[in-house]
Amino acid sequence: MIAVLQQLVDGLGRGSAYALLALGLGLIFGVMHLVNFAHGEPVTVAAYSVYAAAMFGAPWWALAVVAVVAAVLTSLAIEFAGFRRLRAADDFTLLLTSFGIAVLVRAGFSMWVSTTPRQFHRPAWIFDTVRAGPLALEIYDLVVIAVTALTLVGTWLLLQKTMFGLALRAAAEDFDAARLMGARANRLIAGAFALAGLLAGIAAVLILMRRGQAEPDMGLDILLPGLLAAIIGGLGRLEGAVLGGLALGVAQSAFRAWILPNSLSRLTEAAVFGLIALLFIFRPEGILSARRAERV
Amino acid sequence: MLRVAGVTARYGNITALRGVDLHVSEGELVCLIGPNGAGKTTLMSAVTGLLPVTAGRVLFEGEDVTRDSPDALLRKGLALVPERRRIFADLTVEENLLMGGVTVAPADRRRRLKEMEELFPVLAEKRTLHAGYLSGGQAQQLAIARALMSGPRLVLMDEPSLGLAPALVEVVFQLIQDLKERGTTLLIVEQNAKKALAVADRAYMLRTGEIVDEASGQDLDRWADLFEAYVGG
Repeated sequence: MIAVLQQLVDGLGRGSAYALLALGLGLIFGVMHLVNFAHGEPVTVAAYSVYAAAMFGAPWWALAVVAVVAAVLTSLAIEFAGFRRLRAADDFTLLLTSFGIAVLVRAGFSMWVSTTPRQFHRPAWIFDTVRAGPLALEIYDLVVIAVTALTLVGTWLLLQKTMFGLALRAAAEDFDAARLMGARANRLIAGAFALAGLLAGIAAVLILMRRGQAEPDMGLDILLPGLLAAIIGGLGRLEGAVLGGLALGVAQSAFRAWILPNSLSRLTEAAVFGLIALLFIFRPEGILSARRAERV
Repeated sequence: MLRVAGVTARYGNITALRGVDLHVSEGELVCLIGPNGAGKTTLMSAVTGLLPVTAGRVLFEGEDVTRDSPDALLRKGLALVPERRRIFADLTVEENLLMGGVTVAPADRRRRLKEMEELFPVLAEKRTLHAGYLSGGQAQQLAIARALMSGPRLVLMDEPSLGLAPALVEVVFQLIQDLKERGTTLLIVEQNAKKALAVADRAYMLRTGEIVDEASGQDLDRWADLFEAYVGG
């Protein structure tokens, strides 16, 4: 029982970053029908910004702010430079463009910074644990879960209680109908990218605190589980994206801890992918399907 | 109020509209009829900026709005109730209405929401229901109410009676007449030509992308009889 709780906390911690990235992917998919392969790049840029700011001896709370701001600006820049002129393009063109942006960002950091990881300091408490009765919990996991929970509640309130959130939800369902109501396409899409960037920035903080380094290809690495989480949940279903992310994290922890013997622990990813393949065989539309009732 | 001058538009590879000319004056109820595939919905899309106009001009209150986006046109006072209604099925009835008022100040939005709920009691009753669960007639009322939330001066309606039971068609046309009496200018596309001609001030007939005839006054009754003879209403 205790071991189960321990792994659950570990898995939720791991899955939190996936959930935040998946949520951003879902928001962008909603307004643009784009599976944004460049959505990991705000994390890469945030990582190098943290590296740069850490050289000036900035404390971690300031590094967190730097990461979030860098991620939001990167996401907005990707929308403005990459997609604004392609608004009318077909889905496949958008998909390839997003992939191209991801490759460009990676190449840029490889050429102009370094191909090897750049280190920066971690918060002092990052490997500390607290005891709660028989449980030994990492402070890091608790911070991650708390920050993610707060972020999700904030995002939910934004989507449910503000006109911007209402317009985003309406546009996700029928973009042209939302424009006919007077919603401005550019603002709506830029807003979705900004919000997705904010979520990616928070995910970046959670990831970077622990990793303590920046690498050119971390964006694509991080994106993959986020993308899987979004697809597991049913692309475009925001609650599904969150569930998918957490489920993926918990599945990884469980496989590592119990299902695979130690000698095979390197096969965790393969095993989880196998599980996902099974999911798509039996439920190709994801956990929460995007089907809706339509009456004439 | 609205003038469409020589408008040509393409839908994929086919030219769906060829040099369409029509106008709607302030306070008028103008009806556009024609067979399936004549280009009626294409014309609505071209006027509201959903589809690019390849030649010709669209003027709204004297201003050239040919290249305006749908949201810019809405802000100028031109709203469209689109074909098949296109209400937001995942949003509640109230959220659909609020979305219709996305361009107006919060205080006005609340006030208009109240007005709409008085005008359409069934929407007030179903306020918190997801709009996907509404019946066809309720959904049509919601689509019209949603368009009125922005306080438009000209309302375009594309097939408002499509797919409705006869009793509900009556309700919708009664509503259209009420709107006209309240001073709203209307341009309506209808398959149900007899009903539409009965309430219209003027009418245009569109066939294979061209305006082939125009009628007003006595001629409207003649058209209605003609339609009854050919297609039974």
